[in-house]
Amino acid sequence: MHNYDPVLYSRLLTGLTLGVHIVYATIGVGVPLMIALAEWIGIKRNDTYYLLMARRWARGYTITVAVGVVTGTAIGLQLNLLWPNFMRVAGQAIALPLFLETFAFFIEAIFLGIYLYTWDRFKNRMLHFLLLLPIVLGASMSAFFITSMNAFMNTPQGFDMVNGKMINIDPLVAMFNPAMPTKVAHVLTTAYVTAAFILAGIAAFALLRGRNHVYHKKALRLTMMAALIFSLASTAIGDLSGKFLHEYQPAKLAAAEWHFETSDKAELIVGGVLTENNEIKYAFKIPYALSILAGSSPYTVVKGLNEVPRDEWPPLRASHYLFDGMVFFGVYITIVALWHVLAHWRRRRKGTMKKPLNRALLVAILLGAPAAMLAIEFGWIFSEIARQPWILWGYMKVSQGATTALYVDRMLWVFAGLYVLLSITCIYVLIKMFKNNPIEAEFIARGMKEGDVKR
Amino acid sequence: MSYELIGITVLWLFLFFYLLLGSIDFGAGFFSYYSLLTGQRHIINNIIERYLAPMWELTNVFLIFFVVGLVGFFPDSAYYYGTALLIPGSLGIILIAIRGSYYAFSMYGSRNNRAFMLLYGLSGLLIPAALSTVLTISEGGYIFVENGRVNFHFTNLFTDVYPYAVIVLALVSVLYISAMFLTYYANRAQDKPALEIVRKYALSWSLPTILASLFVFYAIRGHNIEHYNNMVANSWMFVLSFLFFVVAVYCVWRRRHYGLSFIAVILQFGFAWFGYGKAHLPYLLYPYLTIEEHFTNATMGATLVTVFMLGLLFLIPSLYLLLRLFLFDTNYVKGKHSKPKY
Repeated sequence: MHNYDPVLYSRLLTGLTLGVHIVYATIGVGVPLMIALAEWIGIKRNDTYYLLMARRWARGYTITVAVGVVTGTAIGLQLNLLWPNFMRVAGQAIALPLFLETFAFFIEAIFLGIYLYTWDRFKNRMLHFLLLLPIVLGASMSAFFITSMNAFMNTPQGFDMVNGKMINIDPLVAMFNPAMPTKVAHVLTTAYVTAAFILAGIAAFALLRGRNHVYHKKALRLTMMAALIFSLASTAIGDLSGKFLHEYQPAKLAAAEWHFETSDKAELIVGGVLTENNEIKYAFKIPYALSILAGSSPYTVVKGLNEVPRDEWPPLRASHYLFDGMVFFGVYITIVALWHVLAHWRRRRKGTMKKPLNRALLVAILLGAPAAMLAIEFGWIFSEIARQPWILWGYMKVSQGATTALYVDRMLWVFAGLYVLLSITCIYVLIKMFKNNPIEAEFIARGMKEGDVKR
Repeated sequence: MSYELIGITVLWLFLFFYLLLGSIDFGAGFFSYYSLLTGQRHIINNIIERYLAPMWELTNVFLIFFVVGLVGFFPDSAYYYGTALLIPGSLGIILIAIRGSYYAFSMYGSRNNRAFMLLYGLSGLLIPAALSTVLTISEGGYIFVENGRVNFHFTNLFTDVYPYAVIVLALVSVLYISAMFLTYYANRAQDKPALEIVRKYALSWSLPTILASLFVFYAIRGHNIEHYNNMVANSWMFVLSFLFFVVAVYCVWRRRHYGLSFIAVILQFGFAWFGYGKAHLPYLLYPYLTIEEHFTNATMGATLVTVFMLGLLFLIPSLYLLLRLFLFDTNYVKGKHSKPKY
């Protein structure tokens, strides 16, 4: 074992666990809201399609939640196993949101158990719907608390660092740090968009396979409308995030945009290649756009990397491409959602609702599911990579926070195997679950009237 | 009561809940698989499923709460345990991951997939073995600070007697607690055939439980005499624990008061658990970590305790609702509502 570097392997293993967990966590945060929308519409309009939709989504959701819970447990424990030095120091100031998260998790877990098994238990269907609200809230609050912990790593405050120890702690100030509002808002809205797109992708896939069932069209209508609203919201929040970075983490913004010299009228770099001498080639440059992103005005002076010591530069190439990738996929799904909403309005005006949907649109929606998830992954990896070399911005470097234990490299392989196993079984079980019980069959089994099945 | 004492008491209490819920859960998973082998699965599986289905996710949360709370109240514990326990900790994570997800896969997706059932039945037994080892380690003798580095002498775990004693107790207790609970639950469901089977499980695991407890007493004496003396000083708690054991087993043996019997089981383990915990203090990790010296800063301590109180305001009614709907609702327990289907 030569060149064993526990810091590198700790980063890789944490990245791996988070990269897997974020998929399930995003579904876990976003899908309950979609289920709630479906069940609410179903009750309000007395529409069995939507009620069944909520039921089927909840069923699939249970499987992903199980994997989300265990990968979440994994990261919760790994934080201590891989970053004991960081937790020891930062735990003094930031234990509060982590602790609060367990309560949100409690509420979510308890009500999920109740919700799943009480579909037909109450005469008043509204009661069952109300049981869902703590799940939606609990899941979103979990995201809120955990993200505020991550925000703290970007803009730590609420303490004084004296000789490597935190004193004069103010837990609330630490939790409500400057990075928190934009970060939380961005995480929540993108989780809702992504969940909507995953559910829409499934419906689009069914429609593409020729199952021209009104159930799937209704699913698309609901999810695409939600996706449009939340993706527009997350675009607006993305803009605010740019202004936040400009204010508090200029190095992160400069790395994402390959902005080397402090200047006003800064241009936004899209794509391109960075040479050895840090020259930008083949990039698409939008004049003034970076200044506008940072401060709503072309005259905003944007700090360049020249103001950051060289050894504190984040990795430039990774930061830029990840950032661009996130924006690209984000724009793509916004356009697709808009396309569907416009197409739906036109069909309704022309009275052609019964005709099959445009295949190109369906394919675009189907591709939107992985695109949305990739946007999440790229965004998170960007956020973490562009914070380098800091684990606690300005206070503690990543290398100071990691474990010194042996065998982190082997654990990396073991966990990679575990996540592959879990994800494959999860997908296998989900496919089997819905293949064995297609919507048409469930309609008949539940004795619902079949008259409008082939609309 | 000082904040650190409130903190550790709360954590210990929640870990006790995990011990109870986890035992029922893990034991039930094992019995479910075991009954598959003996061909009795169709008889007892209904009651097992009806209990487990709404509860499994909750069980996990208690463990997370304990870990997060421990690091929150005592950040230095992350440093000592975190550095030392990379491998056993990772092993624990893997077992929990397999257990949790394969339970859900088998329950909601591929019912009666034998491989899935084996995976969750087996991992359920290994989890208590792995987790109880952390308690063993906390007694000292395995984690040493040498030249400013935290080192884990894991080979000692294989050569000492004490770790084996704890693992045996953990395994036996899991099966005993689970069987005692299922006996109560089967009786509530008025499911006679199932009751007969799980009652037999309960009775046959009762004597091993007491023997294993005595064995741990003996082994800890050789391992950490200070802790042993503390336990002897608090011997009334262990005496009470034994009396509740007698009550619990007597009730089940005479086929009466199954509810009282399970309450006695809770008290049996409650007194033993808190007797052990009280004697363990002030050490979180012998002899390096104590609750007084390694408590978080006073502001955070006060904040966490306050937040915990507020959290209980939400938690207790929610738990009550869950238990009312699935544990104390006779119609649900009997399966009169639609089966545990969703």
